[in-house]
Amino acid sequence: MTRKLVIIGNGMAPGRMLEHLFETVPGDYQVTIFNAEPRVNYNRIMLSPVLSGEKTYEDIITHDDAWYDRHGVELHRGKKIIAIDRDKRIVEAADGTQARYDRLVIATGSAPIVIPVPGHGLPGVLTYRDLDDVDRMLAVARSGGNAVVIGGGLLGLEAAAGLAARGMKVTVLHLMPTLMERQLDPAAGHLLREAVEARGIRVVTKANTKAILGNGKVEAVELDDGTELPADIVVMAVGIRPSTALAKSAGLSINRGILVDDQLVTSDPAIQALGECVEHRGQCYGLVAPLYEMARAAALHLAGDASASYTGSVTSTKLKVTGIDLFSAGDFADARDREEIVLRDAARGVYRRLVLKEDRIIGAVMYGDTADGPWFFDLLKRREDVAPLRETLIFGQSYAGGAPLDPMAAVAALPDDAEICGCNGICKAKIVGTIADKKLASLDEVRAHTKASSSCGSCTGLVEKLLSLSLGEGYRPAALQPMCSCTDFGHDEVRRLIVAKELKSIQAVMQALEWKTSCGCAKCRPALNYYLLATWPGEYADDSQSRFVNERVHANIQKDGTYSVVPRMWGGVTNARELRALADVVDKFAIPTVKVTGGQRIDLLGVKKEDLPAVWADLGQAGMVSGHAYGKALRTVKTCVGSDWCRFGTQDSTGLGVRIEKFMWGSWTPAKVKMAVSGCPRNCAEATCKDVGVICVESGYEIHFAGAAGLDIKGTEILTRVKSEDEALEIIVALVQLYREQGRYLERIYKWAKRVGIGTITAQICDDTEKRKALFGRFVFSQKFAQADPWAERAKGRDAHEFAPLAQVRFAEAAE
Amino acid sequence: MNAMLGQWVDVGGIEDVPLRGARTVATGHGNIAVFKAVDGTLFALWDRCPHRGGPLSQGIIHGHAVTCPLHNWIISLETGNALGADSGCVRKLPLKVESGRICLDAHAIAAGPGT
Repeated sequence: MTRKLVIIGNGMAPGRMLEHLFETVPGDYQVTIFNAEPRVNYNRIMLSPVLSGEKTYEDIITHDDAWYDRHGVELHRGKKIIAIDRDKRIVEAADGTQARYDRLVIATGSAPIVIPVPGHGLPGVLTYRDLDDVDRMLAVARSGGNAVVIGGGLLGLEAAAGLAARGMKVTVLHLMPTLMERQLDPAAGHLLREAVEARGIRVVTKANTKAILGNGKVEAVELDDGTELPADIVVMAVGIRPSTALAKSAGLSINRGILVDDQLVTSDPAIQALGECVEHRGQCYGLVAPLYEMARAAALHLAGDASASYTGSVTSTKLKVTGIDLFSAGDFADARDREEIVLRDAARGVYRRLVLKEDRIIGAVMYGDTADGPWFFDLLKRREDVAPLRETLIFGQSYAGGAPLDPMAAVAALPDDAEICGCNGICKAKIVGTIADKKLASLDEVRAHTKASSSCGSCTGLVEKLLSLSLGEGYRPAALQPMCSCTDFGHDEVRRLIVAKELKSIQAVMQALEWKTSCGCAKCRPALNYYLLATWPGEYADDSQSRFVNERVHANIQKDGTYSVVPRMWGGVTNARELRALADVVDKFAIPTVKVTGGQRIDLLGVKKEDLPAVWADLGQAGMVSGHAYGKALRTVKTCVGSDWCRFGTQDSTGLGVRIEKFMWGSWTPAKVKMAVSGCPRNCAEATCKDVGVICVESGYEIHFAGAAGLDIKGTEILTRVKSEDEALEIIVALVQLYREQGRYLERIYKWAKRVGIGTITAQICDDTEKRKALFGRFVFSQKFAQADPWAERAKGRDAHEFAPLAQVRFAEAAE
Repeated sequence: MNAMLGQWVDVGGIEDVPLRGARTVATGHGNIAVFKAVDGTLFALWDRCPHRGGPLSQGIIHGHAVTCPLHNWIISLETGNALGADSGCVRKLPLKVESGRICLDAHAIAAGPGT
């Protein structure tokens, strides 16, 4: 005899469950559905294409009226169940309609979370959940205007893309630093952001919404930092919450969702629940695949199959925005017992990362080309041993089982008209032909004759492989020292490519240059941070977490974890006011050691980290600023007393030293830069072992550089002689700027000069006036952003988290 | 001053530790370093490099490892072991996150960093 099955909710989960049920035990149940929405069953995950206009409502209907008729299903549209009487086994709708059940299935789904900021109830503030929401958005979008989407997760980005496709100006606000941070690692999040922004959608991360403003309807969104964004519509897409109110009022067991066992049965054996409203083994799901898996198990249980069981889902995510291919699955956090395989193909905008544990895939993130996503996901779900596939695993299914790729073979197989150098439009035949005709044997010759690899350099590897193929054993590419084990590129190549490809963030460099790790290491991150800072002054945002501790906290770490503080004393000159302030600070903070440095400064040693901002505040009161004794930066300009006091002095060496220091302080350099100005050839300031030195003579100024007095001892080279202070300053500034642009990170000036040749430096600084003036101009420009006293900023509270402990635990409290 | 949740001590909110950064917790046994890796995972280790006692909290964090600021030893945040050719180990403390709060194991704090 037929039993009565009542279903509350008509979403995708019960729809799929009924399909299984009718297939397994047709006719066993007489089905009644109560749906709060006034519609038949539609495919909710296809709402985004409806919003963007790529599909219509009719396209996404799963079960039409005929289907319900055929299976004898009674569908109550727009009737919301408000009570379940479990003793009598009756449900009741808001309009009084009642239905008796033998078995009940609750599929009430979930409700979007609305952040309770002021103004959240204004007309024009919407969520993104069902077709009604889509209709409301479309009504506003018709007249264009501004849309603000709160939430940079899956749903928020789909809503944003849809509204942008409908002609609105869209801003996405996201609380976290990267988009979709729960599904993507930061590298893929960065690519996603670029793609989203390329659609004209503005993305604001770390954005905390303070209020929604408007008079009678929404007009703007206000952020924590005071920014106001105009808005004709605000879409909240920050998450969902299982709808459990009905189940709770019926007395079923609830936690975050309605609690169910592996048969999807609730605490009442006659009642099952499935979909987004349930909590199974501690998990609530918001994606479609788990709902389908639940639907199958629930249907089998209804059909009396005792073996049916749902054991939880591993989920995968795909963003449904046309033109953005993105896939993620499983757990892709780093961990010691895990390994990662990263493939970056910058030209095609591809990023793939697999996380392996014990030769099994446990996580996958893909961006750009996601065709292999299902294959990886399948290997992941089946916990397949991938050791035999490992060599070519990352390339995907089409390579699986084949021989490992020989990169030479791939180049050899390229057709003659394959473009090798994109910058200059040089194809393979041209390069190979020229190598043969002109009997070329080196990369430089190929560059000279064909122009290939002479612009951005990213095809250098390919050109070298063509040379190897043409010359066989006869060609050996110069061994190149990579920056670190995260990349095969050397420092110079990275710098060139940062400029050529206009890379403006560490993430952009790592993607474009196909970094082998997801977040670099302690060697490459500080180098990249410097290169970006030096290349894009005013544009690149300094990444303090990629700086060595001294530059992050603007003091020198000591062996016991305390710090030393060295304030600037311009040219080594001080006065009673500064000395008094120093003495007071030493007393007030019980600083154990005061020492005079080799660069004519006073060093306060043993300052506790938490005291640093207060020490700086006191020094700042006396007019003292950071001495940058901690940085790869301009350190000190040491001087002698010169013509002011000394009977041998020829020029005002003190004044010139102070002038140089005031002009150049604050600039970041590849390694530290120490200078000195001596007033006569007796050279009391020891200028001839400095990075840059000046020896004053009767006729003017002798400019020296490339000295060393540390690990290596080396006298300076003479760069040139000039007549005036102004000329001396211009030469010195241009020299340091050239070093800033060419030096490798941590390479001192004397090593840079040895590498590139003294002659090439002299030619650019002394002989080429135009070049010198351009270098000078670039230095001056970058100083606009560099000359802010980091101590004053921190004394006022910047980066306070660096200096204060997170918490203090009294010992007694923890000891119990 | 710190809410005790059974054996767990609440030391702060997860958003108080910057991504790829660290904060310290002062105790009678010295500092504990609380790290947040690039993927958001949190770790707690005694803030003492097994080499010369350097404050690991001040190092550069990459993947699930930190490079000590004093002599560039690389310490695993997962295990506290030195990686690469170096050998040594710093004690790790059990950490859990509850409702956005970082909690450290009180017994492990009381036990101290060891020798």
